[in-house]
Amino acid sequence: MGDFNNPEADLDRFRFRIGFAAVTVLLAFGVLIGRFVWLQVIQHDFYQTRAEDNRIALIPIVPNRGVITDRNGVVLAHNYSAFTLEITPSQAGDLEATIDSLAEVIDIQPKDRKRFKRLLDEAKNFESIPIRTRLTDGEVAKFAAHRYRFPGVEVKARLFRQYPLANIASHAIGYIGRITERDLKWIEESEKQANYKGTDHVGKTGLEQHYEFELHGETGYEEVEIDAGGRALRSLKRIPPVSGNNLALTLDAKLQEITELAFGERKGSLVAIDPSTGGILALVSNPTYDPNLFVDGITPDNWKELNEHPSKPMVNRAINGAYPPGSTFKPFLALAALEMGKRTPNQTINDPGYFNFGNHQFRDDKKGGHGSVDMYKSIVHSCDTYYYMLANDMGIDNIAKFMGSLGLGQRTGVDLGKDDSGESKGVLPSQEWKKQRFKKPEQQRWYAGETISIGIGQGYNAYTPIQLAQATATIANNGVMFRPHLVHYIIDTKTGEKRQVEPKPIRDLNLRPQNIDVIRRAMVGVNKEGTGARAFAGAPYESAGKTGTAQVFSLKGAQYKEGGMKKELRDHALFIAYAPADKPKIALAVLVENGGFGAQSAAPIARMVIDYYLLGKLPGGAAKDDPAAIEEDSEE
Amino acid sequence: MIDIVGTLRRSWQQLIAHIDFPLLFITLTIMAVGLATVYSATFDGNQRVLSQLGNMGVAMTIMWFVSRLPPQKLMRFAIPLYVLGVVLLVAVFLFGIKVNGAKRWLPLGFTRIQPSEIMKIAMPLMLAWYFQKYEATLRFKHYIGAGLLLLIPFALIAKQPDLGTALLVGAAGFYVIFFAGLPWKVIAGLVIAAGSAAPLIWSMMHDYQRKRILTLLDPTTDPLGAGYHIIQATIAIGSGGAIGKGYLNGTQTHLEFIPEKHTDFIFAVYSEEWGLIGNATLVFLYTLLIGRGLIIASAAPTLFTRLLAGAITLGFFTYAFINMGMVSGILPVVGVPLPFMSYGGTALVTLFLGIGILMSIHTHRMLVKK
Repeated sequence: MGDFNNPEADLDRFRFRIGFAAVTVLLAFGVLIGRFVWLQVIQHDFYQTRAEDNRIALIPIVPNRGVITDRNGVVLAHNYSAFTLEITPSQAGDLEATIDSLAEVIDIQPKDRKRFKRLLDEAKNFESIPIRTRLTDGEVAKFAAHRYRFPGVEVKARLFRQYPLANIASHAIGYIGRITERDLKWIEESEKQANYKGTDHVGKTGLEQHYEFELHGETGYEEVEIDAGGRALRSLKRIPPVSGNNLALTLDAKLQEITELAFGERKGSLVAIDPSTGGILALVSNPTYDPNLFVDGITPDNWKELNEHPSKPMVNRAINGAYPPGSTFKPFLALAALEMGKRTPNQTINDPGYFNFGNHQFRDDKKGGHGSVDMYKSIVHSCDTYYYMLANDMGIDNIAKFMGSLGLGQRTGVDLGKDDSGESKGVLPSQEWKKQRFKKPEQQRWYAGETISIGIGQGYNAYTPIQLAQATATIANNGVMFRPHLVHYIIDTKTGEKRQVEPKPIRDLNLRPQNIDVIRRAMVGVNKEGTGARAFAGAPYESAGKTGTAQVFSLKGAQYKEGGMKKELRDHALFIAYAPADKPKIALAVLVENGGFGAQSAAPIARMVIDYYLLGKLPGGAAKDDPAAIEEDSEE
Repeated sequence: MIDIVGTLRRSWQQLIAHIDFPLLFITLTIMAVGLATVYSATFDGNQRVLSQLGNMGVAMTIMWFVSRLPPQKLMRFAIPLYVLGVVLLVAVFLFGIKVNGAKRWLPLGFTRIQPSEIMKIAMPLMLAWYFQKYEATLRFKHYIGAGLLLLIPFALIAKQPDLGTALLVGAAGFYVIFFAGLPWKVIAGLVIAAGSAAPLIWSMMHDYQRKRILTLLDPTTDPLGAGYHIIQATIAIGSGGAIGKGYLNGTQTHLEFIPEKHTDFIFAVYSEEWGLIGNATLVFLYTLLIGRGLIIASAAPTLFTRLLAGAITLGFFTYAFINMGMVSGILPVVGVPLPFMSYGGTALVTLFLGIGILMSIHTHRMLVKK
């Protein structure tokens, strides 16, 4: 046989093992039968009695959801008690008939009936199910007079979530809604289903979702004796629920309100961060929506309107809108050049108004050019040619490496939504990125010409406002980066203990102080004598800023004309800033969709926000566009 | 003249050519018991019988198709299915959605999938193919190779962590290696190693896994969760007594004391209403099913078909034993449905896929011998 096995012996061995398996199966089933005999014959009397005594139903008592307050204790989300009309199916008899006659006393809409039916399918029969929520006092009184006619129907007080500031900060707070199949899966995968007995609402977006398991609390229960028909007879024991933990935010509700007011009708986003902690002071995505609409189940009409509105109020632009940074990219690139030794502050270039690369001409916005330009001037007057050359000298991968360390093109890990998949990454272009992004080999290659427009924040570049705010805060904080976060601390309702949320730095870029100083001086120059000077004229504090304009629509060589364009094709206006320049307390990024030049619409919003935050100055209304900035700003 | 009766008969015989009637009969009997129990568990709420009949229709159609595929064709699926499974598991490891410390899901944009499910069939298929390939030259090193093929997906699933599924997938693979003739000494060594590694495993477990085991030892520690399930299910079984409380008369069931009563805990519903006699009958039906499967395995013509049939059959046993063991309180609560009884489409499809493979192996055996 040599190296070969004997098939006959193999078959015999196989059959023996089949026999062995059969014996094991019989033994295992024997053990099960033994267990059944033990339970059903030997212990039968014991379990019989227990089943008969098992008139004890555990009825869950839903805990109060945690309260969300801003940094000054202003309530952003809380609960209020309201009356509901509820039916206990096992006591009510014919449900249809009961509801029909109830409808003669209390207004019951078809949608109320629908919801009741759905809840009935999910419920146990000793639970009471709401047929109407939010009864008025008049309705409660009216029902009380007819109560005798409706056995098994009663008025109960239940808690409802409420967002007192309605539209303000809705993208940060999020909202709760009825638990759906998908939420249920999430709860089950988190092994929390026992604690969610009786709970019918869950956080759907924003902080409400991110901190769901903090806010929910611990479900209590009541042991109720029931009769054979499932009717509750008396309460035996009550384990009270533990309210959910409260969240105290870093957000300043008043600042948030002022910022939203400053945006007015304009679409866009603003994220303001305390650079020394990463705590978010304001997180705006305009337009907003009223989260109260969702609490009781949003009506199809409202849902349709919010979702199909062209200005997309449901999209959180602060974390999900990726925009080219435009010229706000320049200070970061200048810093990269200093750190990597590709430029010195005093090195000058000559700007003739264009940069030739191959047979393509990259034009500067200023006709005829800026002449001799050093780093300070390149930022203050936003010279494009300087950055075309710089980007070309640095190469795309060096740029990507530095910008990546500033957090651009990466999820910041802000505490919004279920997990970080709710936040967009944006695009940090590099050779590797292009290889991943495209399928065809000719598209995968990075062309040196593509690096050049990256230098002025165009091309593939796309970052979220929160990333720009984080990067700005990082240079404001001398290169020490914090994770942007909204929750300052969590108040544990059981112990009263305040749990701080990560004030720790996540990365130190180890930037040279003299380099940061060059950038700071240049950005201060922007607000003093450059593109931000009009917006910050007369400010009693020193601020650092940079304007930016991001192309939405490629002009293919045609001259950009403000008035001659459709609104949705107009450029996006951007502005980044921090103040006071020497000891920054606030760093922010503003984006106004189709706002034209940064100096024109984004910078005035930033001024208003910083004025309020540092000086307590209240604005009169929405920030006004500065049309004069357009003329002056042709150099941007 | 067209012989209509003859044509009809021939096409009928064509249609049923690859059906194994003993297997079909046993399966349908258990299914009937299952449907009746699903009815009892859900008749006073959200009725699920029609929906389960729909699942059954889909699953049996798949069974019929698979039974017509000759085993040589099945072999061709072994590597692609296994590789796909492993690639998806690695993808879960790298890009999976992390929920409460466990990465089990792979986002696919429009939906998300749990790749460990695929391994339940892919694992025995792959290992059976592997032993078939080295049949003539089988040496000890091949068992080590098989062990590696088993360990890779096992480790990936255990790492998620999903120990329950990892053990089920691991068991399916182990059965193949066992039937392929893994030396007894090695088996004994593995048993001893597993026993002595228990404290180590305990220290590596996640909190919720430890909690499940502790809950089994003392169910009162978790009265709203798994402990409550165990207590109420045990009361249901015990109060059923020798002859049961009668169909549709289980108080535990109809007073809503049994959780998951139409899915994982359906056995408690059945046991309460049919008592020890019913339990013995059901265990007997499972024994018949497993017996038929083992007979098919013994009669199978090639090593591949023998190993596959043996492993699939013991898979049915594992599911039934773990489910009834967990509901009656002698095994920890893991999410394993009772084969052909529990409500649920995915599980039913996997089960009937297994039945289809057994039928294919049995009805194609003569063709192979020729």
